[in-house]
Amino acid sequence: MSDSKDIELGNSKQEFTITVYTENQIGILNRIAIIFSRRKINIESLNVSPSEIEHIHRFNILITETEEVVKKLARQIEKQVEVLKVYANTNDDIIWQELALYKVPTEIVAEKVFVERLLRENGARVVVIRKNYTIFETTGHRSETDKLIEVLQPYGLIEFVRSARVAIIKDSEGFNSKLREFERLEPGQEVIENEFLDKEKNVFTM
Amino acid sequence: METVQQEAATLAQPKKTTTVTGSVALMEGLIAEGTETIFGYPGGAIMPIYDAIYDYKDKLNHILVRHEQCAAHAAQGFARTSGKVGVVFATSGPGATNLITGLADAQIDSTPLVCITGQVFATLLGTDAFQETDVINISAPVTKWNYQVTEASEIPAALAKAFYIARSGRPGPVLIDITKNAQMQLFEYEGYTPCSHIRSYRPKPIVRNEYIEQAAALINSAKKPFILFGQGVLLGSAEQEFKAFVEKSGIPAAWTILGAGAIPTDHPLNVGMLGMHGNYGPNVQTNSCDVMIAIGMRFDDRVTGRLDKYAKQAKVVHLDIDPAEIDKNVKADVPVWGDCKETLPLLTELITERTHDEWLAEFKAYDKIEQEQLIQKELNPQTGELTMGEVINQLNVLTKGEAVIVSDVGQHQMVACRYGKLNTTRLSVTSGGLGTMGFGLPAAIGAKFGAPERTVIAVIGDGGFQMTLQELGTIMQFGVDVKILILNNQFLGMVRQWQQLFNEKRYSFVDITSPDFVKLGDSYSIAGKRVTERENLIPGLEEMLNTPGSFLLEVMVAKEHNVFPMVPQGSSVSEIRLK
Repeated sequence: MSDSKDIELGNSKQEFTITVYTENQIGILNRIAIIFSRRKINIESLNVSPSEIEHIHRFNILITETEEVVKKLARQIEKQVEVLKVYANTNDDIIWQELALYKVPTEIVAEKVFVERLLRENGARVVVIRKNYTIFETTGHRSETDKLIEVLQPYGLIEFVRSARVAIIKDSEGFNSKLREFERLEPGQEVIENEFLDKEKNVFTM
Repeated sequence: METVQQEAATLAQPKKTTTVTGSVALMEGLIAEGTETIFGYPGGAIMPIYDAIYDYKDKLNHILVRHEQCAAHAAQGFARTSGKVGVVFATSGPGATNLITGLADAQIDSTPLVCITGQVFATLLGTDAFQETDVINISAPVTKWNYQVTEASEIPAALAKAFYIARSGRPGPVLIDITKNAQMQLFEYEGYTPCSHIRSYRPKPIVRNEYIEQAAALINSAKKPFILFGQGVLLGSAEQEFKAFVEKSGIPAAWTILGAGAIPTDHPLNVGMLGMHGNYGPNVQTNSCDVMIAIGMRFDDRVTGRLDKYAKQAKVVHLDIDPAEIDKNVKADVPVWGDCKETLPLLTELITERTHDEWLAEFKAYDKIEQEQLIQKELNPQTGELTMGEVINQLNVLTKGEAVIVSDVGQHQMVACRYGKLNTTRLSVTSGGLGTMGFGLPAAIGAKFGAPERTVIAVIGDGGFQMTLQELGTIMQFGVDVKILILNNQFLGMVRQWQQLFNEKRYSFVDITSPDFVKLGDSYSIAGKRVTERENLIPGLEEMLNTPGSFLLEVMVAKEHNVFPMVPQGSSVSEIRLK
């Protein structure tokens, strides 16, 4: 069976990004959400938006859990009739970004040159400038967007909003080819792939 | 000739349509899916559907239950004995919420149901309209799939999808909520096309040969292999394939309560029931087998007891159609993912024909101990109060293992499952996963419609019977030939047993008073009898079985009798107690 190190890894909590491809159907959001809430697992961030394929939506769900629990959750999600495919990845497996918007008084930005410098240092871009307020935008990881809040707070940050995490899986080959398989009556091995089954290949030896 | 010409003509022309209401399309769809019996209860928001069924009474047999929960349980009973999809009608609001217990029961026990609920007009959704409830969201956790229809034209495809999802793969309950406007709306109906593929849904995974080969190698090298089988064998209609596998491998096989009957009770390799109140040998041997072959079962906690002390020495081969079950509770060394009707023959092909005489003898030795210390006293007491076990034992003698035994939940259920004799498949109907008291009587009604040629006996406790006894009205009205066997111990027996064993006999609210059940039956024109003495038991059972139509037999059994063996909660299966 698996060695003790694996078990240790499987039992320690870490961030997982769960990517789910679903049909664009009313109610699927709830069906996915209750898989987490039933087990008293908090969703830290959730992004649902149309994928590159028409009528198919992509979920990015961020949770902090053990690998063992995440595997079980992934299978429960994939079991939903309107779910096409689920991937669960650690932060090492993905490239991700969050988008943040900051609303600050225009007078501060206009008057204080160093604020402008701070913004540039933090990679912020101006989205709009109005008489009373200016909106900046930045993308990055949580720590980066958090840092800019700290920076702007003393200068009268009026409002802040952050999107959910969106993530690209480093070694994915996209979903287009897979979808064609799904549309066939008898999907091929690729679609039936099961990360568990594949990993277990060498577990049993006679 | 004429038909061929007609067919050719149809092909040449554009698709013929007829203008019908959504409700009529629903009736046509139900008939196309082979529905004959519907269990339901009308109400305001489903009236157009009931108006439509008025004209389909010759094709669709609607059974008016007395509570929607019982419509769901009856449909479950029907599905379990017939192997078909159970169909339910209920109205919106309370009608729909009353279904939830039945849906939850069907979901956890993988029973195929299609439930149709009425809903308020689409324009009223979200307005807290009269009898409006958000049934789609309320039922989401307890349905395999659900869908709200707001346009009549959606009905044929939604229904086709519902039947396909309910019966394919790991079966389960499906709910279609139809707003009243959609039921009444006229649309151009193109006929009914059954569903056979949904791109996001894969009911039957592809069987991977490498795992079949690994499983076979493991089985062939095993010295103490042990088969655990569950309802998956029945749901996959794989009884023959399973029997062939068991007989060629010569491996002792034990069942979960929902797997009962997949091979006959008397089969020499059937070593008994698993779990908390299962047999001695199967529980103890779980912790001494070297290879465990789990087939269509899900390692429920009532089967496994304490997981960290469960079969740690064994290599586990797990055959299941649902990938989410692999590794959920017990780690599989070889996961054989697939429909056991397909995987079992492949496995049988690769295994060596063997016998395991010594290993089987160990089971027999445990059985001997259980027989001597427990079963004989339970089944053949000569003195003292009547036991539940002797009632089931005498029933076996009379029915010869050919009757359907529907049980409710509690002590009598464990006794009926342990001792009930089953010669063939689909003869045991019980609420396994959810443990729904009140399941027995309505499920028996459905079971009779599902297996009209068989005697159906509802074995129910005095507590559970009082949860759904209003269904006596259904039995009366539709002349349902159900034999009701109430095992009355004047207690909520299972909870009382736990209070005795674990709470120092602090009997907290388990003392339950009952009405005169025989008189009650009489008021519904159901013949009945009460048995209090041993000498009247066999005549009473004979009268029940020989009286045409329904019959209610109440047997007064020992008040404070416990079901043993027992794996106490938190204990390992090998710590099973005989007393």
